[in-house]
Amino acid sequence: MEDQMSSKPYIREVPRYSWFLRQPRYMRYMLREVTCIFIGAYAVFLLVALRRLSEGREAWESFVQMLTGPASLVFHLIVLAFALYHTTSWFNVTPKAMPIQAGEDFVPGAVIVGAHYAVWLAVSVVLLFLAGVF
Amino acid sequence: MAKSNKPIIWGLFAAGGTVTAFVAPALVLLTLLPALGVMPELLGYDKLRSFSGHWLGGLVVFGVIFLSLWHAAHRLRITLHDFGVRADLLVATAVYLAAAAGTVYAVYLLLRI
Repeated sequence: MEDQMSSKPYIREVPRYSWFLRQPRYMRYMLREVTCIFIGAYAVFLLVALRRLSEGREAWESFVQMLTGPASLVFHLIVLAFALYHTTSWFNVTPKAMPIQAGEDFVPGAVIVGAHYAVWLAVSVVLLFLAGVF
Repeated sequence: MAKSNKPIIWGLFAAGGTVTAFVAPALVLLTLLPALGVMPELLGYDKLRSFSGHWLGGLVVFGVIFLSLWHAAHRLRITLHDFGVRADLLVATAVYLAAAAGTVYAVYLLLRI
C-alpha cells in the first residue's frame, strides 16, 4: 500500500510566473499587492512637486500648469483607483491584523472595519477642507 | 538569537500602509482637481511654500513621503518574489536603497524651502 503511494507521488505543479491567474482569490491578492507600485509612484510624484516648489515661484507655477493637463488626469485617475483599493483592502483585514479583545470577547470585525472607514471619511473631509477645496 | 532588521522594516511597512490608507485617496484627489478645472487654495505657491516651510507642515509632508516610500519598497520586494523573481538580496537592496535615497532627498528639499 505504502509502496503504491510512493511509487506515484502527487506533484502539484505551481507555475512560477502565472500562479495567481488560476483563481480570483489569488488575483485579488496580487491586485492588492501591486497597489504598492502606485503608492510608490505617487510618493515620487510628491518628491517632484517638492522639488519644483523648492525651485521657486516660476518652477512651481509651471508644475501646476502641468497638473491641469490630460496626462495628469490619466495619471491621477489610475493612482486614485489603486489608492482606493489599497485603502479598502487595508481596512478590511484590520480585524485579523489587530484583533481587539474586550473582556472575554473579541470586538466584532465589522466594528473595527467600520471605525476605520469612519475615521478615513473624517480625515479625508478635514484634509480637503484644510486644503481649501471647500 | 540572531539580530534581525525585520521588525523595523515591517513596522515601517505597516505604518506606511496605515498612513497611506487614510490619506492617499484624499491627497490624490487634491492634486487631481486642477485637471478638472478646480484649483485648491493649498496649491497656490505662497500658501504651499509657507505650509511646507513651517516645521509642522514640513514634518507632515516628510512623514507622508517617507512612509509611502518604505511601504511601497517593502511590498514591492514581496510582490516581486510572488511574480517569480527570486533574487531577493538584489531586490531588497535595490528597493530599500531607493526608499532611503527618496527619504534623504525629501529632507534635503524640505530644508531648502
